[in-house]
Amino acid sequence: MKKTALLLMLLFTAITYSQEKQENLEEVKIVKTKKGLQKSLTKTTNTQVVTSKELLKAACCNLAESFETNPSIDVNFSDALTGTKQIKMLGLTSPYLMITEENIPSVRGASQAYGLSFTPGTWVESIQITKGAGSVVNGYESISGQINTELIKPLGDIPFFLNAYGSTDSRFELNTHFNRKISEDWATSLFVHGNTRVSKNDMNDDGFLDNPLGKQINIINRWQYACAETGWVSFLNVRFMKDEKQTGELNFDPNRDKLITNYWGSEINTERLDFSSKVGYVFKDMPYQSIGFQNAFSSHNQQSYFGLNQYDIKQQSYYSNLIFNSIISNTMHKFATGLNFTYDNYSEFVNLSDVSRIDNSVGTFFEYTFDNNDKFSLIAGGRFDYHNRLGAFFTPRLHVKYNPWEKSVLRFSAGRGKRAANIFAENQNLFGSSRTFSVLDTNGKIYGLNPEIAWNYGMSFTQNFKLFGKSADVSIDFYRTDFQNQAVVDVMQSPQEVLFYNLKGNSHANSLQLDFNLEIIKHLNLRTAYKYYDISTDYLSGSFQRPLQAKHRFFANLEFETHIKDKGQQWKFDYTVNWLGKQQLPNTASNPSQDRLPEFSPEFAVMNMQITRTFSSTFEMYIGGENIGNYRQDKAILGSDNPFGPNFDTSIVYAPVFGQMYYAGLRFKIK
Amino acid sequence: MKNIVLIIMVSFLGFSVNAQDVKKNKNAKYDIEVNGNCEQCQKRIQKAAFSVSGVKSANWNIETHQLSLILNEEKVTLLDVKKALAKAGHDTDEVKATAEVYENLHSCCKYDRK
Repeated sequence: MKKTALLLMLLFTAITYSQEKQENLEEVKIVKTKKGLQKSLTKTTNTQVVTSKELLKAACCNLAESFETNPSIDVNFSDALTGTKQIKMLGLTSPYLMITEENIPSVRGASQAYGLSFTPGTWVESIQITKGAGSVVNGYESISGQINTELIKPLGDIPFFLNAYGSTDSRFELNTHFNRKISEDWATSLFVHGNTRVSKNDMNDDGFLDNPLGKQINIINRWQYACAETGWVSFLNVRFMKDEKQTGELNFDPNRDKLITNYWGSEINTERLDFSSKVGYVFKDMPYQSIGFQNAFSSHNQQSYFGLNQYDIKQQSYYSNLIFNSIISNTMHKFATGLNFTYDNYSEFVNLSDVSRIDNSVGTFFEYTFDNNDKFSLIAGGRFDYHNRLGAFFTPRLHVKYNPWEKSVLRFSAGRGKRAANIFAENQNLFGSSRTFSVLDTNGKIYGLNPEIAWNYGMSFTQNFKLFGKSADVSIDFYRTDFQNQAVVDVMQSPQEVLFYNLKGNSHANSLQLDFNLEIIKHLNLRTAYKYYDISTDYLSGSFQRPLQAKHRFFANLEFETHIKDKGQQWKFDYTVNWLGKQQLPNTASNPSQDRLPEFSPEFAVMNMQITRTFSSTFEMYIGGENIGNYRQDKAILGSDNPFGPNFDTSIVYAPVFGQMYYAGLRFKIK
Repeated sequence: MKNIVLIIMVSFLGFSVNAQDVKKNKNAKYDIEVNGNCEQCQKRIQKAAFSVSGVKSANWNIETHQLSLILNEEKVTLLDVKKALAKAGHDTDEVKATAEVYENLHSCCKYDRK
């Protein structure tokens, strides 16, 4: 007994000694003015970091709205009913992106359509946007990019935060954050979000609500443990979300008119429960070696109807990831390896017909990173998975970075992605139409269809320089996605049908982006981008550009801030303009003339603006306007005079439905 | 008596464990001062350190001029690393670079020699 005590003491002194040393190593802080969008010259992947500062530049009520000031991601409206914003990267919609929250896949399967609107903007600490293939660590599904959101960490949080928001489209939001540090190593946060839209708006006089009535309650409780001495870190999250939307004709009363033809209406009710945990350990005396174990369980239940179409989906999923990081001989050669397990139980009913299924997969990955600490680095990864519907397959990914000369970076990436398309969940905006849904193939394992497989290749070059003594940078990105197979969503055949089938022929997405950013004078920054998309698919009726995708887009953002005064007083101004060229529209040629749209949409521009007044470091107010040019789509709903007739369609939305919208809000902190 | 034996045993054990630690630590941490100036120096210093087999991690801080090392002492000694640094043109307490190598450094890297 004594012996052990003595040994322990000896050991303990050794530990404390090594700790002292460790503490000496750390604590080097470089204070620099934080940029809203951070682009790195040293990272191997083409990753942009959106900081919380950037998120304050726009209303950013939720994650879907957080990309308005970011040229890499295009924000589109998905339909004329739900007001949902849909994001695209490299011209491909969010199902082709891997969207993770703290590296756990979050928006997938049943949550594909509305999932991004289920994370309130104030919860977000930062967003990392990676163009191209991405890492193999989190899975095989990503094709055109990865978006990872980091939420505010309890150990770095402030005791209290309040945000209130109201807008002229009668939407109100309230965010309250509470935080408590239990000890040096333990902290917990409770975030409560509520939003509601209380009154009916019909700015375009088509008899339909422009935005749904709705309410959402969203609560998360997080626990964080981090102990530098022992090397253990841990997160625990519990989250509950309930969202209700009602939309359709102004006179629609769900209690009276649900699923009958008095008035056309729709309700979408979602309940979601999430539980996730993370445990990590950094080996003693080996800061480069660590092991992590993540587990996430979620239950997502959507009950909805769109006119006479009923759609219910419940997804229960379990995700688990074990990852080991270490080095080969020295830190120039790093690797990560581990195991993944996923299980998804879908109970899905499309107009009462049962299309339920269970998916599960198990996989292993290995990713090697070489960095010569100078000009060259590469990440080569591969994973092997077995999935009950996708089969056994290998997923390779490669990223290379080279700095040819000063302040420049050249990147290359290539990779493969494979996924099961949840054709109904991903295209549920089409339920708001009188289109009949037909799946033309029957031999595949996912609704009769085969898995989607695509290769993505890309190159990017960035050069930073000085222009008249002010910092500036230019970038050029080119990416191509080649589909080997795709679950084609065909709205080009007939305005009364949507067809789903396996790709026969060619489908590709080319995207080119040119960026130019300049600090015009101190505190006045300009961000501009031109984007070219060529997204072409062979449909049954011929080869077309992907509908509702502009070939040319232009983006500009201007931000100005005054110098921060002693007590933190500051003015901030922000202005964004998005110009969209003509877009291919779904085929409506066979409709009667009043329900017909041209082959292409007109070009148009949308402008947003925000002014923020910071009164002190703890209190600020902001006002802003979206679509201040008041551009509206002419005919947002086809056949709106006869919603149960054959030509009714709410899914063809190429521009804002709601006109100008103004909002105001405040943020209050206790530090 | 018993106690004395125990204490001797424990201290001996402790000593031998310690001695072994010093001799065969696969993850020995060191912080040494290395003379240099700039980002180019940083790259050169880290490259030189990594060129020695057994060096697992090397980070040179531009501000403090401290090189943080993790070494596998079964393969390499701190002196080996210092020799490699000197060969690349950077002085440490024990080993200095030759005048010729120092003169060949880029102009911005010509640190003040102590």
